[in-house]
Amino acid sequence: MSATMAEELREAIAAAGSVVAVGGGTHSGIGGPVTGAVEVRAPVGIVDVQPSDMTVTVRAGTTFAELDAALATHGQECPLDPDEPTATIGGTIAAGLSGRRRLGLGPMRDYLLEVRFVTADGREIRGGGPTVKNVTGYDIPRLFVGSLGTLGVITQVILRTRPRSRASQWFRATSSAAEVRRALFSPTTILGGPGTVSVLLEGDPGDLRSEAATAGLVPSDPPQPLTGTHRGRISIDPSLIDALAANLATIAGLDRVAEYGVGTVHVATEDPEGLGAARQEAEAIGGWLLRIAGAPMIDPFGAGFPAVALQRRIRTVLDPTGKLSPGRVPITEPDDGTQ
Amino acid sequence: MCFPQSTADVACAVQVANRFGVPFVARGSGTGLAGGATPLDDALVIVTTRMNRVLEIDADARRAWVEPGVLNLDLTRAVAHLGLHYAPDPSSQQACSIGGNVGTNAGGPHCLAAGVTSAHVLAVEVVLPDGTVEILGGLGPDAPGLDLRGTFVGSEGTMGIATRICVRLMPDPPEIRTLLADFTAIDDAAAAVSAVIAAGVVPAAMEMMDAQATRAVEDFVHAGLPRDADAVLLVEVSGLIDGVTHDAAMIDEICRAHGARTVRVAVDAAERALLWKARKSAFGAVARIAPDYYLHDAVVPRTKLVEVIRQVYEISARYQLIAMNVFHAGDGNLHPLLVFDGREPGIWDRVHAAGDEILRVCIDAGGVLSGEHGIGLEKRDAMPLFFTADDLDVQARLRDAFDPDGLANPDKILPRGSRCGEVGAIPAGAWV
Repeated sequence: MSATMAEELREAIAAAGSVVAVGGGTHSGIGGPVTGAVEVRAPVGIVDVQPSDMTVTVRAGTTFAELDAALATHGQECPLDPDEPTATIGGTIAAGLSGRRRLGLGPMRDYLLEVRFVTADGREIRGGGPTVKNVTGYDIPRLFVGSLGTLGVITQVILRTRPRSRASQWFRATSSAAEVRRALFSPTTILGGPGTVSVLLEGDPGDLRSEAATAGLVPSDPPQPLTGTHRGRISIDPSLIDALAANLATIAGLDRVAEYGVGTVHVATEDPEGLGAARQEAEAIGGWLLRIAGAPMIDPFGAGFPAVALQRRIRTVLDPTGKLSPGRVPITEPDDGTQ
Repeated sequence: MCFPQSTADVACAVQVANRFGVPFVARGSGTGLAGGATPLDDALVIVTTRMNRVLEIDADARRAWVEPGVLNLDLTRAVAHLGLHYAPDPSSQQACSIGGNVGTNAGGPHCLAAGVTSAHVLAVEVVLPDGTVEILGGLGPDAPGLDLRGTFVGSEGTMGIATRICVRLMPDPPEIRTLLADFTAIDDAAAAVSAVIAAGVVPAAMEMMDAQATRAVEDFVHAGLPRDADAVLLVEVSGLIDGVTHDAAMIDEICRAHGARTVRVAVDAAERALLWKARKSAFGAVARIAPDYYLHDAVVPRTKLVEVIRQVYEISARYQLIAMNVFHAGDGNLHPLLVFDGREPGIWDRVHAAGDEILRVCIDAGGVLSGEHGIGLEKRDAMPLFFTADDLDVQARLRDAFDPDGLANPDKILPRGSRCGEVGAIPAGAWV
């Protein structure tokens, strides 16, 4: 970012009573509504692609689509995989929702090497570093993945990249998701919905053929992401997915698809009550449901935050007056006197 | 010093330390190289070696709960019969503990493809600096709110003490191929490393030993390494057969194109084990040259390896020290070893001065202070080389959030005065 742009952004943030960073608006249903805050936007553009280091430096306002296209010219990718390619990199990281290739390629947090951000008082900070391996100081980048704009305004990041796979193919399974998982060495994705199991394999073309044959997979089109006015994302111990799915099946009008081996279960419905019912089922066996879109009447997060006193202290030491994205996350509410 | 046997014991020790305002330091096997577990002043040392049980193994879910004192290699041995392993494999894996690995966010040769410790820890039960117990992270993929697990890993005992750890286990690869490429110029070997990565091949491990290290190791282990090589590359690819065959062929071709004299492929598991023994014995082999060594740990962008290694040799020659390089080339993680005889008068000043210069060269090349050993005491005062005062202030504040009273391993990682008292004043009534 140019010195002037950085200066302007810093000044705008320092001067504002409350601030919210706005990206592509594709994750705006996550968390509570932020009202009355000055909107700021992160700068745009790809700063540096280093194919031989497998890293890329990108400004946070850049869309995922633009980043993906730039990396594709080098035969690489960064599998943040937001649902909407118009999502910005900053927004995608702040939302922290790993894409559906997480089983094989790892969670989003494993791809963020360095984060630059502007603090509530207008200072530009660097956390992490440019190399693929780094333990210099605290792991600030991981803290920012999923921080929902409550710790600072992300301006620029360095991401780890990976070679694009030589072959990639979706399949339909003829056995259960659990059996498929046991039969395959390193599937990229195993999605299980009512009566269907879809598998994505990536790698060497020959390996894909033999793995597919071993596990009884039949080539298919990619499964479509769930649609629905009210959507949520359950996080649960992956060994409980089948138990949860059986309970979710009793909720009328609820679509679901589970990421086996990961523990993310996507749910969608046209009935806002259905999302609340899904949350009850998730919480009953130790999971939790994050509201992704719709259902304004239900709490955005539901389950209590673990180590909430600690979470609140982290928020407070970085943003003492609670001016960053006020209202988005429960712990950003003015202190109610409890710890 | 105390030797707790349970989470409750650790919590009790931390509570007692709190009551008397005494700092405390968590310590695992004590193999750390940055002094993170070294107590200063009158600190209470809480040693986790007696908490060494593997509590639960879930082969289907590919995870295990372990106590912090479990040794890294013992964990892999405990799950080997299930066709699983724990991926991070520091060279000290026979002696270092999982708790210590979590503290330093330890790496190892096979972290090139598999990732370092942080990518393999699902949840940590932690005794926080105030003596309360929390589970950070969880068995589900995402916990609500901030990633406290990710923040804790690598915090070197300054954010609390891990008392139970749930680690991810990886399935053993069906196919492994280990190659040893032999170069007459180390620059060519380093260029080959970059070329392999640029060609879209990510080996499971890609390690380099320079001429000095190769000779020392060969004389010690007799693995058939070329004693006249200027550098050798040990590269391993693993996974499914076709992918492994493809990658091994690419690596062979790239190494030869960059001047490799020979590329030897381990014919069986025994030969592979021997080659790895050679790599992991490097630090022991050094004793054949001189009685003492100072091992550095820094990371530079892979593309800067040639330039930085050349400067390491130049600096050590200027200080009349022997430099050996044995390192994780694939991720640019340098481990220059300065070899010397500590009885020589004035030698330690030269060793430290050379070390400082090497660190500066790495930073100037766009690198970082540490790749896997941590900052601890050793590099604490070098932190301003890499971070601004504002960067360090934010880190100090984060630490305050975990440890408001500053009792957990004080004076490690961050230099004194990191907190800028004058900026971002906290309003009255705010919870800090």
